[in-house]
Amino acid sequence: MALDEVKEIVESGENYDTDKEFKYVGTRPDRPDGLDKVTGRAKYGADHYVANMLHAAVLRAPHAHARIVSIDTSKAEAADGVKAVVIGTDLPEGLTGGDLHLQENTLARDKVYYDGHAVAAVAATSALAAKDAVKLIEVEYELLPHVIDVDAAMAEGAPVIREGEQGPTVPEGMHPNVVNYIEFGHGDLDAGFDAADLVMENTYKTEATHQGYIEPHACVGQLGDDGKGEMWVCTQGQWFIRKMCAAVLGLEASNLRVTPSEIGGGFGGKTTIFSEAISLALSRKAGGRPVKLVMTRSEVLRATGPTASTSMDVKIGMKNDGTMTAGKVVFRMQGGAWPDMAPTGMALNCAFASYDLPAVYHEGYDVLANRPKAAAYRAPGSPMAAFAVESLVDEMTRKLGLDPIEVRIKNGAKEGTKSSYGPTYKKIGLLECLEAAKAHPNLAEKLGPNQGRGVAAGFWFNHGGETSVSMSLGNDGTVTVSAGTPDIGGSRASVALMVAETLGIPYDHVRVNIVETGALGFNEPSHGSRATFATGKAAVEACNQAIGEMCRRAAKRWGIDEDAVEWKDGAVHPAGPNAGEFPPMTIKKIGQTMGRSGGPISGHHETTAGGVGESFGAHVVDVEVDPETGKTTILRYLVVQDAGRAIHPSYVEGQYQGGAAQGIGWALNEEYVYDDMGRLQNPIFLDYRVPVASDLPMIDTVIIEVPNPGHPYGVRGVGETGITPPLPAIANAIADATGRRLRHLPMTPAKVLKAIKNG
Amino acid sequence: MKYHTPASFADAAAIAASASGVTRFLAGGTDVLVQMRSDIVMPDDLIDIKHIDGVKDITQNADGSWTLGVAVAGAEMSEHPTLGKDWPGLVEATDLIGSTQVQGRATLVGNLCNGSPAADSVPAQVAAGVTMTVTGPNGDRVAAVEDLPAGPGRLNLEKGEVISAVHIPARGDNAGDAYLRFIPRTEMDIAVVGCGISLRLDGDTITEARVSLGAVAPTVLLVEDCAKAIIGTTLDDAALDALAKAAEAACNPIDDKRGTIEFRTDVAGVLARRAAKIAYARAKGE
Repeated sequence: MALDEVKEIVESGENYDTDKEFKYVGTRPDRPDGLDKVTGRAKYGADHYVANMLHAAVLRAPHAHARIVSIDTSKAEAADGVKAVVIGTDLPEGLTGGDLHLQENTLARDKVYYDGHAVAAVAATSALAAKDAVKLIEVEYELLPHVIDVDAAMAEGAPVIREGEQGPTVPEGMHPNVVNYIEFGHGDLDAGFDAADLVMENTYKTEATHQGYIEPHACVGQLGDDGKGEMWVCTQGQWFIRKMCAAVLGLEASNLRVTPSEIGGGFGGKTTIFSEAISLALSRKAGGRPVKLVMTRSEVLRATGPTASTSMDVKIGMKNDGTMTAGKVVFRMQGGAWPDMAPTGMALNCAFASYDLPAVYHEGYDVLANRPKAAAYRAPGSPMAAFAVESLVDEMTRKLGLDPIEVRIKNGAKEGTKSSYGPTYKKIGLLECLEAAKAHPNLAEKLGPNQGRGVAAGFWFNHGGETSVSMSLGNDGTVTVSAGTPDIGGSRASVALMVAETLGIPYDHVRVNIVETGALGFNEPSHGSRATFATGKAAVEACNQAIGEMCRRAAKRWGIDEDAVEWKDGAVHPAGPNAGEFPPMTIKKIGQTMGRSGGPISGHHETTAGGVGESFGAHVVDVEVDPETGKTTILRYLVVQDAGRAIHPSYVEGQYQGGAAQGIGWALNEEYVYDDMGRLQNPIFLDYRVPVASDLPMIDTVIIEVPNPGHPYGVRGVGETGITPPLPAIANAIADATGRRLRHLPMTPAKVLKAIKNG
Repeated sequence: MKYHTPASFADAAAIAASASGVTRFLAGGTDVLVQMRSDIVMPDDLIDIKHIDGVKDITQNADGSWTLGVAVAGAEMSEHPTLGKDWPGLVEATDLIGSTQVQGRATLVGNLCNGSPAADSVPAQVAAGVTMTVTGPNGDRVAAVEDLPAGPGRLNLEKGEVISAVHIPARGDNAGDAYLRFIPRTEMDIAVVGCGISLRLDGDTITEARVSLGAVAPTVLLVEDCAKAIIGTTLDDAALDALAKAAEAACNPIDDKRGTIEFRTDVAGVLARRAAKIAYARAKGE
């Protein structure tokens, strides 16, 4: 590639030629972090130890809604080994908006808003001493009425959770717990419904679910009186930790250095802070001694980000031939006791994203309830929206005697479709996914008694976001990449493959490090399915910058024009016979001599990454329902999804399977169970039932590749779409098996059996 | 907390009898240690009975009956060459408790003494007619397993009493047992309903039966009416219907996070039918 071509690609940005053969992209080498992870050498959040470290324990409210009358910490402060105690009023005053909400959730100040809300914390010389001291803190509460369910929270007479939080768009007369209202759409809705042969509407509900990452939140925080601090933490985004902790504690962001550990799952739940600022506040009070804070599983389930619970109305018009003429949704979502935590807007945007509809209308209500402050969870809002819309599409398809895949192909969004949420799609791969699903051998399997098949489509936008990447050449010609997005899904391997491809050097000559906040400019977390897309794109551009420098140095050495030097197969070459006769100089040779040719060679790129490509998918699930117990067994599960380009196909397949597995849990068993007092009854994996390995068949995957022209290798991002179709696909399969339509998740054996018995 | 390692059950009973605070016996520890770590209980006296002679022994007696030490782990029962041939239902029920790791420690006696009405091995023990030797300050007594649970987390044991041996009856001829439980997942879960059945045949006709239900009442139940419903029958459809009805009638469950009253009652009947068919087939040697 000649230098001017490199330049052109850097500048044009959005129209990469991805239609070529690759040497490394698309292969399946071992992941660079694999050996450490399978041998236990990898360091996760709780594995970090620092000399002189203290241990923290947190006191959590046992009430869903209560005013804090008083907190007496004197006995805890006097206990053996205790070095610091903090409560909400120790944190700085005067915060507003989202920063205030983060601070309130970190440590309650006036009120506790949910069972498990932190009210005080202790740092002591041992974890046991801290745990014992917490029990000595005396809190007097004035109990307030509470509300858990989203519909109940909007109803007249519901307890008011917060005053004065209602946004300006909320229709007059609505309950103060309704804090935001969104509406949008396009086309003539009435004409659309008039044109239909069949118009149906139904209401659907989903329960809150937790991301269920294996690794509980853990950190070590250190903060001195000078306001300078460090944190080692399990997170999806070290700069978000820095920004949020700095805001909650009134620090200067640059004075806080945050180093991410390896991460045992996040799924969006580790893109914010929960207790991290507590460890820093305790450290400051304890004279700057580092404080380790590790949550228990019970704390994770009681007090960290679940997703929203929802109540959703859907109305769709369809002609006898399956043509969809109009769609309308009204979504009510609660994301805990703080505004803007429920992903209402994103759910609305996703609702009809898979369809080419002449008329769509969306309404959404953001509602407060006495539940934990919701966090992002894999394709926030999209799985619930898909449950409602794809369930109703299936009902109508069955009623009209049509094939569910054909109806989706007939109405499917494609290049040029004006999306339900506004923009016009560029190249997308929904129809390719549906066609591949139709052709898959799973669909030829005959179903037996009590068995059923369900189909659903799903969608996620994907995300670019603020990204900064550096690479540098070693003196042996190997390359180090500094990336800011923690590796939750194999992104080190994917980035290394793209760097190897770009430079033309072997995969194992590239090492990708996930670095701390001082080493790069601001990076958004590994969220929005962006790590391989955005970090990969920036890494490629950083390499191109270094290639440019290497070409310039060769041109200087050879005494020819820069334009007459090209980079290929890991070496500089004269661009053609006219450029002169020079032996190619390999990257190894360049590395060995760079001290003499002008100094270290590195490349750097920062961007708010554009060129994002949407990812669509189609799932087909076969289930068997025990008619006597209502228990659903997943017999076969097929995920077909457009990856744009699978850089490392194994990790793409892993993302597809993981999304399906989490969706299966959400569909069948996972829910937050509350008692009459609003206390969570199942904050333990025994009773918060994520699927176990033996619950799942091998999940079949098909990778569709409709390259994204906005990425040098065509990447779209694959992490999130996979969780969007399972909820409706399984509901549709259960309906096929039993003749009963379940519209309220989870579809537990008790609910399915009741539906079977009641006809 | 004081940690004791008595050399005999008499000593263990004496320590427990003279203790003034919270006392726990420790064998496998799969309940006690977990409860300590989750702040549910912190004993003042923790009495480790694993150091007493014979607590890891599995012995078949001359009359065909079995004596098990109180610290025999589930995995040791599952891997025993002949115990599971006599009592497959009991061994399978024990094997359902916890994970592979837990199976290396968990014991029948611990499962009973934890006092959960949902304990998997207990309905199987009751169906099998298992009895326990209870050692107390005043000597030994023998108690049937069904008489030991008093309610969730409570047992009919006096202060200072400790279970010191497990007795499983001789299996004899033409007999079989089975245990089934319902869980929403496939493993690593707590029974929403459990049912243990042991029966004996003369030809095709059931002559003896014991039927037990778990997780449908404050304690595991031995349900006489279920046994009556199938004794004297060849387990035909009428007998299975009567069995299911009797099982449903015996249920006195609660609504909780794990299941509803309606669901537990329905599924008790379903499991009774299914377990009876397995036990019957085993008795026939099928």
